Amino acid sequence: MAKLPVPVEKIVEDFGPHLNYAPKDGYAGRDEPDKVVETHCCFCGMQCGIKLLVKDDKVVGFDPWMEFPFNEGRLCPKGVQRYLQNNHPDRILSPLKRVEGKGFEKISWDEAMDKTVSEIKRIQTTYGNDAFSMLSGVSLTNEKSYLVGKFARVALKTKNLDYNGRLCMVSAGAGNKKAFGLDRASNNYSDLEYAEVIIVAGANISETFPTLTHWIWKARDRGAKLIVIDPRIIPLARTADIHLDVKPGTDSVLYGAMLKYLADHDMLDQEFINEHTSGFEATLDAVKDYTLEWAEEITGIQKEKIKAAAELWGKAKTSFLLHARGIEHHSKGVDNVLGCINLVLATGRLGKPYCGYATITGQGNGQGGREHGHKCDQLPGNRDIENPEHRKYISEVWGINEKDMPGKGLSAYEIIEAIHRGEIKGLISICFNPLVSLPNSNYVREALEKLEFYMCIDFFLNETARHADIIMAGSLQEEEEGTTTSAEGRVIRIRKAVNPPGDARTDTSIILEIAKRLGVEDKFSYESSEQIFNELRVASKGGTADYFGISYKKIEDNMGVFWPCPSDDHPGTPRLWEDRKFKTPDGKAHFNPAPYKLPGEVTDETYPIILTTGRVVSQYLSGTQTRRIGKLVDQYPEPLLEIHPEMAAQYGIQQNELIKVSTRRGEGIFPANIVETIRKDTVFIPYHWPGKKSANLLTPGTLDPISKIPEFKVCACKLEPLKEFAKPASETKAFASS
Amino acid sequence: MEYTNFNKNEEFFVDMQRCIGCKACEMACAECETNGQESMIHVNYVERATTIQTTVQVCMHCDDPVCAKVCPADAITKDEFGIVHTANTSRCIGCSNCVLACPFGVPKKMEQYDMMMKCNMCYDRTSIGKKPMCATVCPSSALFYGTREQMMEMRPNSTPVNKFIFGNETVTTKVNIMMPKGSTQLKVD
Repeated sequence: MAKLPVPVEKIVEDFGPHLNYAPKDGYAGRDEPDKVVETHCCFCGMQCGIKLLVKDDKVVGFDPWMEFPFNEGRLCPKGVQRYLQNNHPDRILSPLKRVEGKGFEKISWDEAMDKTVSEIKRIQTTYGNDAFSMLSGVSLTNEKSYLVGKFARVALKTKNLDYNGRLCMVSAGAGNKKAFGLDRASNNYSDLEYAEVIIVAGANISETFPTLTHWIWKARDRGAKLIVIDPRIIPLARTADIHLDVKPGTDSVLYGAMLKYLADHDMLDQEFINEHTSGFEATLDAVKDYTLEWAEEITGIQKEKIKAAAELWGKAKTSFLLHARGIEHHSKGVDNVLGCINLVLATGRLGKPYCGYATITGQGNGQGGREHGHKCDQLPGNRDIENPEHRKYISEVWGINEKDMPGKGLSAYEIIEAIHRGEIKGLISICFNPLVSLPNSNYVREALEKLEFYMCIDFFLNETARHADIIMAGSLQEEEEGTTTSAEGRVIRIRKAVNPPGDARTDTSIILEIAKRLGVEDKFSYESSEQIFNELRVASKGGTADYFGISYKKIEDNMGVFWPCPSDDHPGTPRLWEDRKFKTPDGKAHFNPAPYKLPGEVTDETYPIILTTGRVVSQYLSGTQTRRIGKLVDQYPEPLLEIHPEMAAQYGIQQNELIKVSTRRGEGIFPANIVETIRKDTVFIPYHWPGKKSANLLTPGTLDPISKIPEFKVCACKLEPLKEFAKPASETKAFASS
Repeated sequence: MEYTNFNKNEEFFVDMQRCIGCKACEMACAECETNGQESMIHVNYVERATTIQTTVQVCMHCDDPVCAKVCPADAITKDEFGIVHTANTSRCIGCSNCVLACPFGVPKKMEQYDMMMKCNMCYDRTSIGKKPMCATVCPSSALFYGTREQMMEMRPNSTPVNKFIFGNETVTTKVNIMMPKGSTQLKVD
């Protein structure tokens, strides 16, 4: 029984989202803080350095941290406002339980723990261990990620653990492992500075990684040419040298046509291809018919622009290719990633100064979290849970029998499907709000309602947690010591600024207590986060993501350390592949054929328009944090349907008119924003909002067969103008939509 | 002025082409203790229907500030470093002369305070050798605070311009706008 105990409006009234604004004169004590804590932003993968000002055990403000080398004080609006998540009226201050007809009531930690442990035991005794699942997230530090991975396998003894990185970096991770045998940005961002050509594919850098914009411009100041691939004229595309306005779902045709052009015009680094790669002939053969004319027909990009981009890329001496979710959120996300890597390998521009390639990891600890913890097919050090040697090594580190180590489990969306089918009956979630962030939210809601028991650890009552039986009051990033790994592969220190308020506890202590009550205290006794990290170092030793030589002190002394760092005297590895020794079985970088395939859903007479989704600069992921910060909500208060004036005219749509958008999965109503900055055949809705304002009511649960990432970036929809104008956003209150 | 570490060689530069419209500058400006959560810098879309371009408008700190000239209460002053200081709270009578007179449309009258508020180039920060808050956080470096030499070295394709022609009137300012290389002035009308 995980239906809402009371109408949603009552839950919103009690637990928010409510908007937090700073007092007019700032918080008391800001000018004379007790301490100034050098740490990092809790949001995206840039992990910008920031100082938090603390007075009386509360975060009361921020100050730029000028010395941190990546951002040198620069911040985006989310970073400036992040401190307002602390001191927030919505904060959960004690454990809660669901009471039918009343809502959520305070209970003691003992009662919350007893109930949770007895339900875990009941469900696992009745249905088997794997009928209890766990969903986690990579806003968690490396320490917590590692702990969750160990907890699920050793304490819960379930194979069904996965994480919200499944919606983020898995296509890139799978592509990088296929091509290089290792999953990390090949270069740090200082290699952008003298790159002659930069390709940014499917990455709205200025809105999702704003501080990276500075590094792109640094290169442009030195004469770099910028090529942006995106169906919209995003802020970075506005001034780009070439904007390739790709039709959603056709990316691989573009990369294939560019590769063929390079080959046809003698722009390959044949020496690099011969000596350091494999699979080139088959990869080129797969695109032998990808003419510029055909590419124009499929992608909708003028062939002259594709040619110009290929010429720039082919003739450059230095270059950097960046991509993100725009090409990865597809049923062929891995193919798209491989298509990009093929362009990099074909020109041999890798492992040298100002020759770079990287996926831009989205979440705060999207990099570290995907290496050591909670991925359903993985063990620490980016090891494979199905590899006998890897299983043996980690079992020894954890002090368990290898045969007791669960095998590969289901991925995040597959866990929801298994709950829907009745195969999984119990769930613990932490740091994940699937009701907003997973596709097809009506289906996700139905699944949640079928759970026999659901416990959520969080600091705010997120939309998914409203379906929980027990809620444990957990901690914010700034309430525990730890480390994260930024999108560059730089391991950095997250410092504790304050204690959890009220009766809330640290996430770590909650997980340790449950493990103890499940009878495995001997495997889960740590005095500090640093002790967990030191165990992680050993667990990662010898894996591709080797942290063994990284200590808290080394991180602090060097403003971060780039992995791999296998020994105490190793300086870390800011740039990969300088030795040309790739981590694949044959030691070579692998070309992989990436032929074009149709997206999971194509337009037809009933659903004639392409829908794509994405983000805005003032919100982060499912909005659990950012939909509670007043100024961030005010900046972009509700999701708008971006539509080209020609399509708007075709449907008689007026600016700010309410439009019903429908797909095979659901419908939602959004105000029209008529703009010339989008393709004529595509509409766009950002996804950070819940309930009736969720873009994920519309998106499909089609998964990439390898990475299992959902296809957020392309589906088919229809539009129906409602002949009614949108009310002011202050009345709509989309941030708290039911 | 009291003891100060204000660096006379440092100037403010605005590079509109880099503005990504994120509003980090507005958010950070509003955090200043003297601003009461109001921003003195403003980011706006030029015309969202046709472009994603945004502009950022900060006080230009004119060499001969017309806002100060038209103020009947002498509430606006220019200091020895060329900073045009915000309305003196005890003197400002909320008449809006400055709002109407400014050629750049910078001063805003805050109705709830019945007072004009404007940028003083973060005097609390710049007087102790720090950069203004907006130019510190700007993630695209559309706002930069430093020396002219630094700027010329960093951005060889642009030239800072601080001479603006409004009809028959020429206004020179402490704040620079980055223009295509070789530009000497910006004609506004």
